[in-house]
Amino acid sequence: MAGFYRINTMKKHLYIFVLLLFVSSSVTARGIYQKPANFLDEVFNSKPPQANVIWLTGSIRTKATEILNHKPTRLRIRYWNNQQRTAWILEEIGKEKPITVGIVISNNKIEKVKVLVFRESRGDEIRHDFFTQQFKHARLNTNNQLDRSIDGISGATLSVRALTKLTRLALFLSTQIKQ
Amino acid sequence: MNKLNKSAFLAALLSFPMLSQAASSTEQLQKEVDALKNQNKLMMERIEASIDMMESKQSSKGHGSKGSNSIGGYGELHYNNLEGKGGASDKDEIDFHRFVLFFGHEFSDSIRFFSELELEHSIAGEGKAGEIELEQAYIEFDLSQTMRAKGGLFLIPVGIINETHEPNTFYGTERNPVEKNIVPATWWEAGAALSGEIAKGLSYDLALTSGLNLDSNNKIRDGRQKVAKARANSPMITGRLKYTAIPGLELATTVASIDDYTQGQSAKNSATMIEAHAVYTTGAFGLRALYASWDVDGKTSGYDEQSGWYIEPSYKISQKIGVFARYNQYDNQAGTGGPGNSEKQQTDVGMSYWPHEDVVIKVDYQTQDNDNNKDQNGVNIGIGYQF
Repeated sequence: MAGFYRINTMKKHLYIFVLLLFVSSSVTARGIYQKPANFLDEVFNSKPPQANVIWLTGSIRTKATEILNHKPTRLRIRYWNNQQRTAWILEEIGKEKPITVGIVISNNKIEKVKVLVFRESRGDEIRHDFFTQQFKHARLNTNNQLDRSIDGISGATLSVRALTKLTRLALFLSTQIKQ
Repeated sequence: MNKLNKSAFLAALLSFPMLSQAASSTEQLQKEVDALKNQNKLMMERIEASIDMMESKQSSKGHGSKGSNSIGGYGELHYNNLEGKGGASDKDEIDFHRFVLFFGHEFSDSIRFFSELELEHSIAGEGKAGEIELEQAYIEFDLSQTMRAKGGLFLIPVGIINETHEPNTFYGTERNPVEKNIVPATWWEAGAALSGEIAKGLSYDLALTSGLNLDSNNKIRDGRQKVAKARANSPMITGRLKYTAIPGLELATTVASIDDYTQGQSAKNSATMIEAHAVYTTGAFGLRALYASWDVDGKTSGYDEQSGWYIEPSYKISQKIGVFARYNQYDNQAGTGGPGNSEKQQTDVGMSYWPHEDVVIKVDYQTQDNDNNKDQNGVNIGIGYQF
């Protein structure tokens, strides 16, 4: 059994492997899946409306803090709205680095969630449709929680948590801009 | 009438300077309003620019860090109150088991550094109970959107808790004994690795690293060299396949093989490990199950086979409270010529309370039913955090 896996030329393979790794000259960023401007073009048929701003002050800041479980790092957030649809580009740290997410809210429900930039070493499975589709049509309940449970990805707990918070924040903020 | 016209003319003549002065004042006011408007516009532009700059700095950083540096960590304090039976010792002990700091740096969008430095058991040094360990220190390169490579000292891609072991992410005060004694977690080596995606939700890891040294040790866990002037005569190759395409489900298997676990010190002998696990979480319900087995050529007294498995159902009563049960069975002398009573069984039941998503308080009760009748039964209590 053990002999099956024996590799007599392991050292040689190791040198080649390390050489390939460090000589690689065409290193490209892994985590940029869609530029925010392209996301807005896609959402608004290439005619994104003028950006608006919502200030995170007073009771809005208090609620945003509750949703994020920490104080927001931004003083205000830009959004794009067109009739009943609002688009948000939000960021939240998973384990160490911010994850940039595009979220579209339509009639107080989530229409679309897309991971635009993922900078963490692990957990990038959250970008896939099989995961983000769970958020489709989700609403906020009275406790500002999603009205459904989101099944996570093992080993990507912090990324899943960050994404869930951002969807809750976008849903909450979209209710505030109509007041 | 003429008199009236004259008076009116005279009044108009007299009021002309006043009207002229009023017009001049209005003009002056308008100028001042325009100046104020311009000033206000300029101020708003400056405020917007200041906030933009502040927020762009803010958004590019990690927790508690500046610029492209990041810092994090975790820790756990344990209290064990166990009663020994059949010759096993009692254990009544409080221990700050792990104090860990993460440091990271992003050299560019595609090249980054990550490290994990750990102090175990509070005090390290000669004659002290603890030790300082460098468990991770590697450079990671993004090769494409679906492939990355790393070189340095890193955790072996195996098992459930070897790579993700912050205390708020698993049930039980102590880590499960199967991954500890068989995998053996926490297990790190130095070398190079490739990771990537074959398809959506199907990923691979391939690592060529330093390996175990079992020349003078029999138990797998004792063969870890911890990359401390480690003998590097025979490298180890590790491969993992992981399937996560269904939300809540993870299926993974790892194979690790070393051609000569004596590291050139004795007659050449190989060792191979196979590990497989499943993690499933849906709503409040969770299930973890793992099997791991080592085939160690040339060992006697049963050490040629070391294997174990566990199963752990759990249920979250609320967002803050979860309960679990776990059955563990493992044997480090399961092979030929073993003593016949080396198999160990342990059952754990307990709960976790998360007052904050990154802070956990744990209580559990363990009962052992070891074949050698040396059991330690009792309560474990822990408090842990990550940031």
